[in-house]
Amino acid sequence: MTKTANQTTPANRGLAKTPTGIQGLDEITGGGLPRGRPTLVCGSAGCGKTLLAMEFLVRGITQFGEPGVFMAFEETAAELTQNVRSLGFDLDDLIEQKKLAIDFVRVERNEIEETGEYDLEGLFVRLNYAIDSVGAKRVVLDTLETLFSGLSNAAILRGELRRLFRWLKDKGVTAVITAERGDGTLTRHGLEEYVSDCVILLDHRVTDQVSTRRLRIVKYRGTTHGTNEYPFLIDEDGISVLPVTSLGLQHEVSNERISSGIPRLDSMLGGEGYYRSSTVLVSGTAGSGKTSLAAHFAIAACQRGERCLYFSFEESPGQLLRNMRSIGIDLAPWVAQGLLHFHSSRAAIHGLEMHLATIHKLVRDFQPRVVIMDPVGCLTAVGTRRDADVMLTRLIDFLKMQEITALLTSLTSGDESLEQTNTDISSLVDTWLLLRDLELGGERNRVINVLKSRGMAHSNQLREFLLTNQGVELQDVFLGAEGVLTGSARMVRESTEKAASLLRRQEVELKQRERVLKREALEARIIVLQKEFEAEEEVAKRDIDQEQSREETHRQDRDRMGISRQGDKVLQDVEPPIRNHKPPRSRT
Amino acid sequence: MTDELNPTDSSTTAAFEKLMAGTAADDRYVLRLYITGMTPRSTEAFATIKALCEQRLQGRYELEVIDIYQHPQLAIDEQIIAVPTLVKLLPAPLRRLVGDLSNVERVLLGLDLRRKS
Repeated sequence: MTKTANQTTPANRGLAKTPTGIQGLDEITGGGLPRGRPTLVCGSAGCGKTLLAMEFLVRGITQFGEPGVFMAFEETAAELTQNVRSLGFDLDDLIEQKKLAIDFVRVERNEIEETGEYDLEGLFVRLNYAIDSVGAKRVVLDTLETLFSGLSNAAILRGELRRLFRWLKDKGVTAVITAERGDGTLTRHGLEEYVSDCVILLDHRVTDQVSTRRLRIVKYRGTTHGTNEYPFLIDEDGISVLPVTSLGLQHEVSNERISSGIPRLDSMLGGEGYYRSSTVLVSGTAGSGKTSLAAHFAIAACQRGERCLYFSFEESPGQLLRNMRSIGIDLAPWVAQGLLHFHSSRAAIHGLEMHLATIHKLVRDFQPRVVIMDPVGCLTAVGTRRDADVMLTRLIDFLKMQEITALLTSLTSGDESLEQTNTDISSLVDTWLLLRDLELGGERNRVINVLKSRGMAHSNQLREFLLTNQGVELQDVFLGAEGVLTGSARMVRESTEKAASLLRRQEVELKQRERVLKREALEARIIVLQKEFEAEEEVAKRDIDQEQSREETHRQDRDRMGISRQGDKVLQDVEPPIRNHKPPRSRT
Repeated sequence: MTDELNPTDSSTTAAFEKLMAGTAADDRYVLRLYITGMTPRSTEAFATIKALCEQRLQGRYELEVIDIYQHPQLAIDEQIIAVPTLVKLLPAPLRRLVGDLSNVERVLLGLDLRRKS
């Protein structure tokens, strides 16, 4: 995030810069404040000038090894120390280490009597002494204009201030001079006249009861810089400015696919789920299961060992955990492991910029691979629709730059067209899942379909979306003559179908059985006939045999008679005529 | 550059007690003049205050001249911004007379000596 001053890009070559170490500010200024030159930080009371200046010094010491001098005109060293202790800055320790010198300059109007010509050499001596005592490279003068309230000779003061800035340049220190904002001018006493290298304006505005801090680089001589107003945040880690300079469409694309946490949904998305670092929008009507879908995705991320940051604008973490447990999704172990982090806040608590800044900060701190925002639509409650669109564009771009996969949910109200989100972000997202209710047969059922998914062959089918005790399940819907059927209607229809098919099957079985029986009967008859035939044959054979043996006996008898009568020998070979006998009698 | 020795603690206390007693006429004055080297403005301021003290506060004043180039820590301790500065430590209240002391009226006013002129 922080570039060192010696690092030169074509944009800032020739002008050495001193990194501030303040989140985002170095990105806007293209590397930091002009090295060895004074920078004016102006703004109205309470907008964070002193803090910015102090953070510049402390980070200079702790991150860049550059000692610093803080010349305070408004607060004593003890007060300053106390004020910044909450940000984790231990000034006493830095002073002890001879890295920091604080000089409180007290200007008391009622003690001072001006008796003639003077100069501010006292200030110079003190500053010089402080700089030399720690070998300071950075100097803060906060707030120099207090001098105008203590000393009345403006002509002398102006001359001396001009000399002071010249002197600071000659000394080669990078200085930050803070000044109160004047009426219609940047500073009350026109200090911007003398500090011409870099002017930063801080602003604290309240719009619709929502306060937003903003920072703008009014002027930065000799370098390109961001010219917008950038929201910034003061929290327990100091200042973080939201850089919008990093926005663009140059982000790396990933071919990696990651699971949505629901196998059937993965298969709808070309079989493999979402693309890494893509943006997924889940839109749907109230109670259509957007959060459940998001929870599945969160679990899937955690199971891959990736950190997941969950922004919830409607439910507290406790409520979310309880509700998800009711459908068998237990998020608590992942929270305990530190892989899942919830950030719950009402959308109306900050302005949009502050939300963006908060998200930025949390993303930087937590380094998630997956970010879930549930729901994004409520952000419109704190800004105009256009503002919300701009904010979400910035957010999506930011997350893409960080190669973070984002899942945004969006509530579609009943009177709106379904394929329209309440912010026009649909064109920005890569994958858009549409959840909706189908009312049929006296009940509402959830269905899901993939409206679009860039770069993959996704299913065009509707799926029924069931919330079971084991989480979300997707089911095929029934497509029949009546159209799409879901829920009980689908089940009724399915069971009717089942009954009809059973009947058909039974009929077939019956017919088959009949055929077998018939065959068996016929075969049995064939056997009976065969047996009868065999019996007849037997009888016929026996008759023939009997006839033959009778004939034989008859011949022998005749022969014997012939012998006994002494008659001629009858020719043996003359066969006696064979009597025809009856064919075998059939029994049937 | 010091013209006289630093006032000791006991003398400061004595002067304070005297002030408390209300003997305004013979208040003891403890003055310090902060200058930056021997610039014309510094020497002019010194000459003016020296003459004034001799004329008005003879015998009851201490005047110390401090060159903050040589003693920068003293400039910090005494909250010196403009130079030259004449600090009236005693009698109370503390006053800082900023400038080359060329405006005598203002000097007298600052030193609470005007009513006597």
